[in-house]
Amino acid sequence: MEFEYEITGGDFSRAGFASSHLKKILKQINIEPRLIKKIVIALYEAEVNIVAHAFEGRIKVSIEPDRIIMDVTDKGPGIEDIDRAMEDGYSTASEEVREMGFGAGMGLSNIKNNSDDLEINSTVDEGTELRIVKRFK
Amino acid sequence: MNDKELTKVRKHKAMKVSEIADLINANIVCDCKDDREVSKAFASDLMSDVLTLETDNTLLITGLANVQAIRTAEMSDINCIVFARNKKVNEEMKKVALENDIVVLETSFSVFRTSGILYQEGIKPIF
Repeated sequence: MEFEYEITGGDFSRAGFASSHLKKILKQINIEPRLIKKIVIALYEAEVNIVAHAFEGRIKVSIEPDRIIMDVTDKGPGIEDIDRAMEDGYSTASEEVREMGFGAGMGLSNIKNNSDDLEINSTVDEGTELRIVKRFK
Repeated sequence: MNDKELTKVRKHKAMKVSEIADLINANIVCDCKDDREVSKAFASDLMSDVLTLETDNTLLITGLANVQAIRTAEMSDINCIVFARNKKVNEEMKKVALENDIVVLETSFSVFRTSGILYQEGIKPIF
């Protein structure tokens, strides 16, 4: 099963649409609730990152029999120092993002904590690609 | 004080939504059809912190009134939110809460006062 979502940078009112849709699908196919929570939290953090930092983004979700792969790509400023961005508390988020309840520098590490594999590729001034993988067992 | 010692000095109690509303003088903006009870709570205005919690069915007490607070609850399996400090829930927030069966309350009390009252009445902290 495959799904694709378009995400618009800066549009906080719609952040969470993709994660919400995916959550309903995962419930329908009877994935264990604990796993669903981890998957959708990882995707939601990634969605919020696009809205907070990028101009636009795309999420491609592939549900395989034994795992889920979520490819999250955006056009945006990119990440200068991925190691630092993975550290808790490091953030380049704007005041507006902080007012929305995010931007504390916890997103990427929370994606890592809720996934089995996380790959990050980023080019400054071009954009960022995340591959988030969670196994069902 | 560890959890065991806390148990000795405080009663623990699961509370119905209507009981919570009475204690903190709250309006129930979105109600649920089931008879759900809450036994533990977390208070934060930072949704990033809420998203790191591993416990389910927690009551969230917050002063951050926007649709992302509801979305955060949806992703975190939180089924009851109290908006404190007289923050108001808008139509979009109501819509997302109803769609996801999340109970929403509004109170004029501060986060501190809301938390203090519920703690005293036996709602447990997560940590």
